[in-house]
Amino acid sequence: MKIDLKEVEEACKELYIRALKLLPPDIKEGFARLDAAETDATGKSVLGTMIRNIKVAEDTNNLLCQDTGIPIYNVVIGRGVEVDGHALKQAIAAGCARATKEHPLRSSVVHPVTRKNEHTSCGRLVPVINVDFSAAPDTLSIEMIPKGSGSENNSWLKMAVPADGIDAVKTFVVDCVLDAGGKTCPPTIVGVGVGGTADLCVHLSKVAATRPLGSQCSDPEGAQLEAELSAVVNQLGVGPQGLGGDSTSFAVHVETAATHITMNPVAVNMQCHSARRARATFTPAGLSYGY
Amino acid sequence: MAHYDFNMPVSEADVRKLKVNDTVTLNRTLYGIRDATLIHMFDRGRKTRFDLHGHAVIHTAPNVKWVGETQAHPSGYAPICIGTTTSARMERFTRPLMEQNGVRIVIGKGGLFAASQAAFSDLGGVYLAIIGGAAALETTWVEQIEEVDLDDLNPESLWKFRVRGFGPLLVAMDSHGGNLYTKVNESARDKRAGVLAALGVKS
Repeated sequence: MKIDLKEVEEACKELYIRALKLLPPDIKEGFARLDAAETDATGKSVLGTMIRNIKVAEDTNNLLCQDTGIPIYNVVIGRGVEVDGHALKQAIAAGCARATKEHPLRSSVVHPVTRKNEHTSCGRLVPVINVDFSAAPDTLSIEMIPKGSGSENNSWLKMAVPADGIDAVKTFVVDCVLDAGGKTCPPTIVGVGVGGTADLCVHLSKVAATRPLGSQCSDPEGAQLEAELSAVVNQLGVGPQGLGGDSTSFAVHVETAATHITMNPVAVNMQCHSARRARATFTPAGLSYGY
Repeated sequence: MAHYDFNMPVSEADVRKLKVNDTVTLNRTLYGIRDATLIHMFDRGRKTRFDLHGHAVIHTAPNVKWVGETQAHPSGYAPICIGTTTSARMERFTRPLMEQNGVRIVIGKGGLFAASQAAFSDLGGVYLAIIGGAAALETTWVEQIEEVDLDDLNPESLWKFRVRGFGPLLVAMDSHGGNLYTKVNESARDKRAGVLAALGVKS
């Protein structure tokens, strides 16, 4: 299957705008679940405002949140897909910049030293483009995630040691939720990376934080850990916006990777309640949008 | 728990009345401000032509569209999406904003810390919590972007919004030492040991 890069550029423009406006169904269901279980009056009221905001965004065709985030595009290339990889990255960045100019969107991206904003949502190595490969025949998938800074500014890595065991991982996750308080715009998805190298561990925590609600870690050990953590994290009572209540997190998600005999790294990255993502899938049948 | 409707600006006595868990709805004028605006004002000596005395500032950087100056859009900017950012990064600017510019109300999400709490007590100010991420809704409370200053920092310019029915917002830090975040945070830390025990963590 040959990929039309003009179509990719157009889709990457569309994906950024769609992601900012349409909350995925699994997150809406997550809100309904938390709202039904919330026992704190303030928590209930805050959740009610968030749910109302989702409807207002849909009714007014507006962005859910003003934070357009750092744009991330996750590309998965299936078997038999013919594409010039360098040109693909250029097309993605061009689509991202066009969304920013043509909608228009607030460009939230600046040079890290000069703080200069090019008003394109692009810059050195941004949009972040992750490329992976799959066994799916004739399929190119591009997932777009606008990652908000409130949640991203609360990211942690601890290079625990083997003697600290899994207890270090569990304790670290609980302490990160406490440290985050209301700063991450809870209810959050708490993403946890366990193992790997330092950079892989942090990357996994982002993968975990941006996974759909209801999905499970493909490693049974990770799945068990996320179930255990999900069951207790809301007992802390941080609540929506850190103002108290049961709804601190939709879920804790864990991703794992093999690590070194001397290492026991754990990373936490959170996704805010505006857990936005959008997906474009290219197949021989054409282009389709989803989550 | 009382509700107040404020037609901005307000006096010190107005904000001293407010207590944690009260709610406030703002009308008329609201100023938008955030990281770069505050860094340029207080670290680089830039001045604003706006008189912020008695006013509220919100931690924001909006999505706007340049449409040219018209009667409907006197600043030349039409609002697209106006929301609120995490306040914690702007903690050190609360006191100078109040002392040097006369600001009475800070609106944000996630709360501020001890230095801001002290400034609210000493000078008469409050922190109002808005629901972060609920920007589509917040935008419906903004009638117009009246003026803009320090616009070379766009989108982190100093924005003057005309608002109507902006709220209700929750008083989360008051001028009497009341702080909802501290209360919730302390309570959460008290539950830490129980949660770790439930996870089978050996102490």
